[in-house]
Amino acid sequence: METQRNRPSPSKFWSWFFPVGRQTGGWAYVLNRVTALGLTFYLYLHLIILSKLAQGPSAYDDFLAFIHNPVYTFGELLVVAAAFLHGFNGIRIVLTTFGVSVTRQKQLFYGLMFIAIIIILIFGIRMFTA
Amino acid sequence: MSETKWNIILKIYRQKENEAPHYSEYKMEVDPDEYVLDAVERVWAFMDRSLCFRHACHHSTCGACGMRVNGVEKLTCITYIRDVTQDGATLKVEPLRNFPVISDLAVDMGSLYCRMDSVGARPVLPVTEAEIENPSNKWNPEDAKYIRLSDCIECGLCISACPSAATSSGYLGPAVLAGAQANGLKHDPALLELVDSEDGVWRCHSAFECTAVCPSFVDPARRIMNLRTQIVSERLSRLFRRKS
Ligand code: SF4
Repeated sequence: METQRNRPSPSKFWSWFFPVGRQTGGWAYVLNRVTALGLTFYLYLHLIILSKLAQGPSAYDDFLAFIHNPVYTFGELLVVAAAFLHGFNGIRIVLTTFGVSVTRQKQLFYGLMFIAIIIILIFGIRMFTA
Repeated sequence: MSETKWNIILKIYRQKENEAPHYSEYKMEVDPDEYVLDAVERVWAFMDRSLCFRHACHHSTCGACGMRVNGVEKLTCITYIRDVTQDGATLKVEPLRNFPVISDLAVDMGSLYCRMDSVGARPVLPVTEAEIENPSNKWNPEDAKYIRLSDCIECGLCISACPSAATSSGYLGPAVLAGAQANGLKHDPALLELVDSEDGVWRCHSAFECTAVCPSFVDPARRIMNLRTQIVSERLSRLFRRKS
């Protein structure tokens, strides 16, 4: 009688990113998923890059010289940003889990994201001026 | 009620057995101070008798008329049209998510009711346990003989709004975990194994969407967090009891 369509299912993971009607906590949830996926992708990329070492020091040095340009530096900044946004969002989850600031989780989220963005900006300035 | 009239298009999700879902549109004149449920009922009364939806009390006590209004979970009997649309606009009404559709806007809430039973959620409580509006320290012990309806009206809005509930059919869900928290692990230690599990409190990933949509001040997210604290302290005290 009833339809299957509206049942919960792992294949509905896309709905995690559906923006309509989201509250602050929902956006924090989306941010955590996006940054986690980005960091996981980077982990594999990092392992592939490290495998260059197996081809000898000069191959690795050549590769480092190749990626020494603003596009790759921006990519590295994205990794830094994902790490800090994910980490500080994680602090929100740990604190609220133990009853700290549960009724003020929005303010907690904004405060932590503000700190994360300041740190990301400092990293960005240093990375592009070094 | 106001003298003002708005012309809106009510766009309603339709799906009968073995039918592909689609939307039906109904042009109608409404008073912006009517409720969304009034408009849905008028469609059924004057335009389309095949429209299926659930409702009963019309004053936010039965929890039957939960729907998604423009993508957001609402109890339609207390949602003013004025608050969710404007003159000349389209108002989209859909069934709750994460519950199987029986027909059109009516969903099968059986899983919620069964799970509420499984955690022993109480429909009435001693007034002394009313947490939010009246903290327990304001009551005298003898007041415990008076009872009140529990805050949760089992409308399912929180489960529809929860992103974790969308991908896990086994997840107990916010209302059920809130029901377990209201009982307390000290009062009902048997609940520990049920809520301290993959599909219990740890499935919640702190989106707080449940609290945002709850029409009845249950604040399920706060209760889930409190239940986690109860679990940790219960586990620790069991560990030390075993060692001593
Ligand atoms: S916790 Fe709130 S939203 Fe969830 S079923 Fe109960 S009353 Fe409805």
